[in-house]
Amino acid sequence: MNFASWLLWGFVATVANAILLHGSQGLGLTRLNLPYILGMAVTPDRDKARLYGFLIHTANGWLFSLLYVFIFESLQRTSWWLGALIGIGHALFLLVVVFPVMPGLHPRMASEQHGPSASRMLEPPGFMALNYGLRTPVSVLVAHIVFGIILGVFYHLK
Amino acid sequence: MTETIAPRPGTELRRSAHIQDYGIIGDCRSAALISRYGSLDWLCWPRFDSPAIFAALLDPDRGGHWSIAPAEVRSIHRQYIRETNVLQTSFDCSPGKAVLTDLMPVASEEFKRRAPLPDHEITRQIECTSGSVRVEVEYFPRPDFGAGSAGLRARGQLGIQAQVGRGVYWLRSSAPLRILEGKRCHASVVLEAGQKLQFSLSYCDSTPAILPPLGEWTRQSIAGSVAWWQAWAGRAKYDGPYRQAVVRSALALKLLTYSPSGAIVAAATTSLPERIGGPLNWDYRYCWLRDASLTVRGLLGLGYHEEAGDFIEWMLQATRLTNPELRIMYTVYGQQAPHERELKYLCGYQNSRPVRVGNGARSQLQLDVYGEVMDAAAQYAFYGGDFDDDMRKTLLKLGNYVAAHWDSPDEGIWEPRNGRQNHTHSRVLCWTALDRLISLGNKGLLNHAPLDSYRENSELLRRQIHDQAWNEELQSYSNVLGGSELDAALLLMSWYGFEKADSPRMQGTYRAIRKHLGAEHGLVYRYRSDPSEGAFAICSFWEVEYLALGGGSLEEAHALFRSLLRFQNDLGLYAEEIDPASGAALGNFPQAFTHVGLVGAALSLQEREEGAQQLPHRPERAANRSAAVEAHA
Repeated sequence: MNFASWLLWGFVATVANAILLHGSQGLGLTRLNLPYILGMAVTPDRDKARLYGFLIHTANGWLFSLLYVFIFESLQRTSWWLGALIGIGHALFLLVVVFPVMPGLHPRMASEQHGPSASRMLEPPGFMALNYGLRTPVSVLVAHIVFGIILGVFYHLK
Repeated sequence: MTETIAPRPGTELRRSAHIQDYGIIGDCRSAALISRYGSLDWLCWPRFDSPAIFAALLDPDRGGHWSIAPAEVRSIHRQYIRETNVLQTSFDCSPGKAVLTDLMPVASEEFKRRAPLPDHEITRQIECTSGSVRVEVEYFPRPDFGAGSAGLRARGQLGIQAQVGRGVYWLRSSAPLRILEGKRCHASVVLEAGQKLQFSLSYCDSTPAILPPLGEWTRQSIAGSVAWWQAWAGRAKYDGPYRQAVVRSALALKLLTYSPSGAIVAAATTSLPERIGGPLNWDYRYCWLRDASLTVRGLLGLGYHEEAGDFIEWMLQATRLTNPELRIMYTVYGQQAPHERELKYLCGYQNSRPVRVGNGARSQLQLDVYGEVMDAAAQYAFYGGDFDDDMRKTLLKLGNYVAAHWDSPDEGIWEPRNGRQNHTHSRVLCWTALDRLISLGNKGLLNHAPLDSYRENSELLRRQIHDQAWNEELQSYSNVLGGSELDAALLLMSWYGFEKADSPRMQGTYRAIRKHLGAEHGLVYRYRSDPSEGAFAICSFWEVEYLALGGGSLEEAHALFRSLLRFQNDLGLYAEEIDPASGAALGNFPQAFTHVGLVGAALSLQEREEGAQQLPHRPERAANRSAAVEAHA
């Protein structure tokens, strides 16, 4: 494994992923704000949650990029389409598995079964995070495909 | 109130229910309507805006129902168990008596973590309290507003299963149910004093269903739900006049909140008519920002700060997809309400066609919404709530939008579908939006707000309303700039702080509204229409507020309030409108708008009685409240 290449391009891919997710939120395509959701898991302070969430998201991205690197190394090849393919798998895993179970993992997220207690919690993302807007799956998919492509193009095998 | 009736089979009575004959149960995710004759005639699962599985309310034959009632009934009395949303209907069926208890079980989140509960459940229990009673049960689910068939299957001791789409309904019963033609279940059981039948209907669409036991579990479930609701109602910090009606309204408003997101829907139903036999039938199972913002005001006034905070957060987050423009209505997850379509196969309530789902007004421009939203946000802040950076930015974007667009024509508060006009009420609410932003800015709660621009536009608005909305001939403000018609919503001008209630212009406007829009028994039409619809219930409560704010005497305000209480049903619930001739309820039911009007009127009466400073949105009073909150903390 090329440690330096992973460190560099894992970070770049994570930043690109964050920009795309944030950008699609800023453009009104989705209400999904992954750093905010992650940050709210560790603090109820909404302003601090964004900062902590960004740090957690960056660390997560780095760690997840390791998986991409392991796959590249095991196949002994890298390419943009291989990275994109893993990105699609990654996004689908998030949308279909992680988001729906998130209310059970996240201490400050309501579930679809919440109530009638007042929540003061994050609303649940629902299946494929559709509760945050119908374009959310597209935004997540695109952000992770780009994440994969960056790694697939720029990571150098050892 | 006990209704005495000629002995008739309960199944026949079922078909004669009127809007005011219904009670509501719910769990803050969905709601069901049950008639005084024991028939559950409206249920949408899993959400308020999901397709109905019981819709006999809109078509007694095709809609589907679940009735539990004695075979012969002489008189009926019903009530909610004190300060709860647990409904009890008492049947006198000489020679016996029976009590039917209906609820959607509720529990704290902590309890739910300890005990697995069905995702969605209705519990019903009928108990013979004296003599003997023959009870008839009929379960006739009709998925998708009566368009589908449930396909019932007996699963032995587990109950009756109905697979509908990706969800499954389970009916568990202590009565021996017989399936007829695979579509409906029936049971006829004689109960002796002390005996009871219990039922649990549950729904699940995401995991294997949890099947709750009956017997002791049902008893505990009822007791737990009663305790939960009473604890919630006990949090109401209101000891003013008409407390019982106010708490009932708060409980009704709470039922219309969607807890997972914090949204508040306008009503639990669709297509209950504003005119019997007419086409004014709309789907209200969505979150209208205006209605919900008014609800926040009521909740804050009663001390329910968490619920109010939930909604404010929901509102400022959910509207991000359309920011800085606001849609007038959203689904409970902040998506645009669906397109309107007609369900032509349903005959409608008392043949009032068409039945509609979705809402065609979803694309309307109603500029007053900005004022309502801003007022709700300002009150939330004045009561001690705080905004994060994103919320502040959202408010500023909305304010800038108002500053740029207040001079545009819009559809206005009453959602007519005949084009846009320059509505006076919308202009007043645009002024309100800017006024509240200026107040927030002055209190240091909005950094970087372009206050000079807000002040300038606010002044332009004030002048335009003064110069162009006043009609000399009517001696009243008119519904549109340069218009000659009236609008009952203008009674709110004083509440928003635009013009004092005792000013000559507001006095003139009040007299004109009374003269031209007044109906029998102190009721008010929202505007003149031909053919006329019912009197609009909240407008009468606005009149109470106007009187309490100084437009009239305290005695006049109390007299009108008492008069309006006569039009609530025996459970304390209101629909959207009232037929002035018969007193019958019209429109969707129960209606948040009306109940929030009642709460607001009662709060204004209380403040007047106490000699407290009126208009709780004003900064001076808000400062006092904030200080009180801090002192309390």
